Amino acid sequence: MTDATQVTRRSARAEALSRALYRFRQSRLSVVGATMVAFVLFFTLFGGILAPYPEHVAGGVDTAHRFAAPSLAHPFGTNELGQDVLSLVMAGTPVSVAAGFAVVFVGTVLGVIVGALAGFNGGWIDDVLMRFSDLMLTIPSLILAMAVAAALGPGFVNMIIAIALAWWPGYARLVRGEVLQAREEVYVAAARAIGASPARVLFRHILPNIVSPVIVKMSLDMGFAILTVAALGFIGIGVRPPTPEWGTLLSIARGYMPDFWWTAVFPGMAMFLAVFGFNLLGDGLRDVLDPRARR
Amino acid sequence: MLEIEGVSRLFPARRGMFGTTAGVRALHEVNLSVRQGESFGLVGESGSGKTTLTRQILRLDTPTSGRILFEGQDMATLSPAALRALRARVQIVFQDPYASLNPRMSVHDIVTEPMLIHRQTLGLDRRQRTDRAAELLELVGLGPQHLYRHPHEFSGGQRQRICIARALAPGPSLILLDEPTSALDVSVQAQVLNLLIDLQKRLGLTYFFISHDLGVIRYVCDRVALIYRGEIKEQGETQRVFDAPESDYARSLLAAMPEVRVPD
Repeated sequence: MTDATQVTRRSARAEALSRALYRFRQSRLSVVGATMVAFVLFFTLFGGILAPYPEHVAGGVDTAHRFAAPSLAHPFGTNELGQDVLSLVMAGTPVSVAAGFAVVFVGTVLGVIVGALAGFNGGWIDDVLMRFSDLMLTIPSLILAMAVAAALGPGFVNMIIAIALAWWPGYARLVRGEVLQAREEVYVAAARAIGASPARVLFRHILPNIVSPVIVKMSLDMGFAILTVAALGFIGIGVRPPTPEWGTLLSIARGYMPDFWWTAVFPGMAMFLAVFGFNLLGDGLRDVLDPRARR
Repeated sequence: MLEIEGVSRLFPARRGMFGTTAGVRALHEVNLSVRQGESFGLVGESGSGKTTLTRQILRLDTPTSGRILFEGQDMATLSPAALRALRARVQIVFQDPYASLNPRMSVHDIVTEPMLIHRQTLGLDRRQRTDRAAELLELVGLGPQHLYRHPHEFSGGQRQRICIARALAPGPSLILLDEPTSALDVSVQAQVLNLLIDLQKRLGLTYFFISHDLGVIRYVCDRVALIYRGEIKEQGETQRVFDAPESDYARSLLAAMPEVRVPD
């Protein structure tokens, strides 16, 4: 054993990483997913800058060229205001992806807090918190998000709050289950025997050992969050025009189907790409990080 | 140094949807006393209450009745702060070295954690803690080159050495050894046992050694107690118990001990 560790000059972390990469590459679909996500993230960062018609993104119109079919000048065609659909889709990427990230992030933070408190303390705290999150789960998330968005008024931040409020119970249940399991580990008993405070046991010994399933769920949820953001945009209580957002673009284009199909199909394709990519990536990450759940 | 007086632990019956489970009497009127500087062995088969007893001593669990005195103090009456200070003095090495180290922590973090928790009693700053961790690793037969590795890089015997280093870190006087060698290969068992004996001599430690392996107990312990179904059946000097067992249980246990026959 000692010899083996001395012969390999690479650190353990590098070794583990290269093994994880190998396992990830074994599945072609996860690589496809990672590529799609990389593509989407690229446009998240640079979509606004690279858009060929930045004046359209800013709200400018060109009514002389409205409803132009896809061509070299406008690969995705133009919409009812003569705006370049490619530019709008590209510029809409950061809005959708950032909103998706924010929703998953806020939902995870809330869910981890609730789940960790419930699982770690047990007893009536567990009962109260879990019954409450069960209650939240019974309400369809889109309806809840609509209600919250209607109460707070439309807007980017309100939309994120609205969706995240419907999002955290899934994380709370996941984290609670994992904490219950990790709490019984011998190293947790060892930490308590050393004299570690409950906070130290939770933050140093339990939570670091349950990050993998949470990361996997976050990645899988990214796609659904993007969809929900778009759905809220579609029904008109998400991001307001002229800020380009995939759901809003679809919603407007709906009226011009099927004659001017390009106004709806391309934003839809962008959404499909993002959601599908994050899902494949999540599956791949699960194989790497959470081998128990494999196949 | 450690007095266990009439300790019982009942796990009450539970009424569930599918009927009532019977209560379990894990410990019944256990009386033991461990003297300063000795190795006290506790022998029993699986399910006899050995591990339950260690959990009572560490106060990870509370006895139903009876009391446990450490250096004359009743552990149940201590304030949380005093209990925490006392935890520096009583440490444990668990049976399974694969499960008892946090896989996300480096050896450095594992060994310095007790010093960090007990920094008020020990008074070590960050650098001193790292230095002490390196010393401890050398003491248990590893080295400073292992400080920044993670548990999965070590063999079972090495991991158990890390567990021992962690147990030594806060400067304990009593160490509970809960079958510290039963998960190890036979060849490694002897190394770890010799390490433990050597450490005891050097640091003046008191051991409370739990095992079901009579050979190991005979090798390490000065006095021994036999536990069966939560009751102490016999206790006394190791030599006396092995040579002239008084209880039926001790006799049957010794008779079941595998012997190595040396051809004449």
